[in-house]
Amino acid sequence: MAKDHVGSSHPRSNLPPLSLHVPEPRYRPGDAVDYSHLEITVAGEQDRPDETCPASDTWPLCNDLIRVLNEDHVAVGPWDPKLDPETLRRILRAMALTRAFDDRMYRGQRQGKTSFYMKSTGEEATAVCCAFALDREDMVFPSYRQQGLLIARGYPLVDMVNQIYSNRADRLKGRQLPVMYSAREYGFFTISGNLATQFPQAVGWAMASAIKGDTRISSAFIGEGSSAEGDFHAAMTFAAVYNAPVVLNIVNNQWAISSFSGFAGAERATFAARAAGYGIAGLRVDGNDVLAVYAAFRWAADRARANAGPTLIEHFTYRAEGHSTSDDPSAYRSVQEREEWPLGDPVHRLAQHLIALGEWSQEQQAAMDREVAEEVRAATKEAEKNGILGHGMHHPFHTMFEDVFEELPWHLEEQAEQAIRERQTKFPEWKAEPLERKS
Amino acid sequence: MIEEEPVSLHEAPTRTMNMIEAINDALDIMMARDPDMVILGEDVGYFGGVFRATAGLQKKYGRNRVFDSPINECGIIGAAVGMAAYGLRPVPEIQFADYIYPGLDQLISEAARMRYRSAGDFTAPLTVRSPFGGGIFGGQTHSQSPEALFTHVAGLKTVIPATPHDAKGLLIAAIEDNDPVIFFEPKRIYNGPFDGYYDNPSKTWKAHPGGKVPEGYYAIPLGKARIVREGAALTVLSYGTMIHVAEAVLAAKGVDAEIIDLRTLVPLDIETVQASVEKTGKCLVIHEATRTSGFGAELSALVQERCFYHLEAPVERVTGFDTPYPHSLEWAYFPGPVRIGEAVDRLMKD
Repeated sequence: MAKDHVGSSHPRSNLPPLSLHVPEPRYRPGDAVDYSHLEITVAGEQDRPDETCPASDTWPLCNDLIRVLNEDHVAVGPWDPKLDPETLRRILRAMALTRAFDDRMYRGQRQGKTSFYMKSTGEEATAVCCAFALDREDMVFPSYRQQGLLIARGYPLVDMVNQIYSNRADRLKGRQLPVMYSAREYGFFTISGNLATQFPQAVGWAMASAIKGDTRISSAFIGEGSSAEGDFHAAMTFAAVYNAPVVLNIVNNQWAISSFSGFAGAERATFAARAAGYGIAGLRVDGNDVLAVYAAFRWAADRARANAGPTLIEHFTYRAEGHSTSDDPSAYRSVQEREEWPLGDPVHRLAQHLIALGEWSQEQQAAMDREVAEEVRAATKEAEKNGILGHGMHHPFHTMFEDVFEELPWHLEEQAEQAIRERQTKFPEWKAEPLERKS
Repeated sequence: MIEEEPVSLHEAPTRTMNMIEAINDALDIMMARDPDMVILGEDVGYFGGVFRATAGLQKKYGRNRVFDSPINECGIIGAAVGMAAYGLRPVPEIQFADYIYPGLDQLISEAARMRYRSAGDFTAPLTVRSPFGGGIFGGQTHSQSPEALFTHVAGLKTVIPATPHDAKGLLIAAIEDNDPVIFFEPKRIYNGPFDGYYDNPSKTWKAHPGGKVPEGYYAIPLGKARIVREGAALTVLSYGTMIHVAEAVLAAKGVDAEIIDLRTLVPLDIETVQASVEKTGKCLVIHEATRTSGFGAELSALVQERCFYHLEAPVERVTGFDTPYPHSLEWAYFPGPVRIGEAVDRLMKD
């Protein structure tokens, strides 16, 4: 062991000692929460440059916060997307359905029907507005909290539940952790489970679309926490270098499991401000203001489609629930944070806006809540016919060895035979389905 | 999967090419055949690559299909995965195999598992080309042989040619393959076969039968080994540069060795390996990569499992040492004639 030269035993006497800064969130469990330090901008006061403007015209917005709904729930300012009430009601319903789905699946996990679940409560606007603002054919590369996108694009709830239960009807054959959906037909890229890897992939998809002279664009989601990954830098560099038609989203929900946004650099700059360093357009938006989120997506999508380049959007929001069913946020943050969050709740705010327009009522809201809960309940019951996790109703056994390669090589054939032998030893009554040989 | 070698292979007119020219020819042919194929990587565009493998391709196919990339292997492979998901057939170049590590997560966690995790909803049919191996005074960051890392990953195929003829046919098969393929090019033999006697004048591919490359399109199926030389006394399992070193050393020693060029490590041609070792009863595994957990360990285990009762001697491994590749002592590191010769002597005694 070398002699230890680390530490203060050999100080250079006239120099001040160096100190390490380890970020610490403002509030821990039990602390009273005061959000007065957050700069909440006045709705309607943010400039809206033309979609094809020089990227630098957007950079003031990276340190601002685009907001459309004011305190009286009225849409104001140049970012008001002027959506008709019917579209607003459809967005509201998609968000309510997402929330109802999350609640039911969370309970399903607690009841032992699956291993794991992740709610998107409080962040529904980001995913749902993406579905409404982009074209149906655009490919979205989600992280694990964009179930609202799949729901808004009309993916069957029963297929989502089948995936969560990893049952015999799971389209992913029981291979993926719950919520890691894949739905090419719905423009929903397969969710990795590793973080940030989808960011450069989305840029590559957009580059491919541009190479082929297509008109489709792509979009990707990342959390503020995983924006610290090298993949983020790779994606931003490639997006900028090739002027890729892509909308890159950072969902800043303040927390990455127990690490607050300061561990991704939030103490120094906004996440949107990174756009300027790469020379691309950037927007920072109130992620709980549906109209602002929709408008930001629409602006960025129109910009990409006009060959005017990529946009980085920071959606400033709050993760109202735990990271997942395996997480207990009361162990590391103050419960008051959610109650005091100054940007409110996206579902509530949109409902209030519709009510203010005279296009909605508390009664209609209550009826819709019952209706979406019933829709989720029916889907769950339907899916349960195909089994729940760990009750034997999974895909045929040999599917474990399929799709590693397009064709089954000899070593996997041998291993499949071994696995089947083990199964028959443990369950003598069990009969294996024949191996599917695709070659 | 290509079912067979085109019948024209033995009749097609041939041209002497070095391995770079053969790779360039394969890329050219596939670019012409498949409008969805694109090439990206550091310096591959206007300049044509630091080893010239993509020379002339940007001029011929345009900047939209052959283009330079930022120096970011995570981005190169990550973007290629996205392009493949779109429906393109990207063939990224990683300038040296030593530079591939920043892209490993995109290969291991993403490309390799795309088909499996999405149950076939998305696939990643990309071919990552990269020069590998030492013997060029490249020091520890331009000489590595990381192939075993990739053979350890479920869902990746790993291909290594040993001649220009095979480089062309195998690269065409790799590009046509619907799974992700790692295509390592032994850069020490780009310009000519290297027999390990580094003091001798270097040779070109002109005098070597593997340097005669058929014109036009042909594919060599992945997963099929090549018997370089039939023999009865000893089986040599190797690939890439070391095939040529093995040939020279065994010839010098006058041993009637059966030398097998594996060509594809995954999927491995186990039938050819097994039949040969059962015939000879002795097995020597040679690779340039470091020893511990190298692909030789896998080969040695497979031979032991399948051919134990035919073996007349322990399986021998000749490999690089478990050190980084040194610069000044390159030839002390390289598993050359002396190291191979010792192992052959051990196997052939009695």
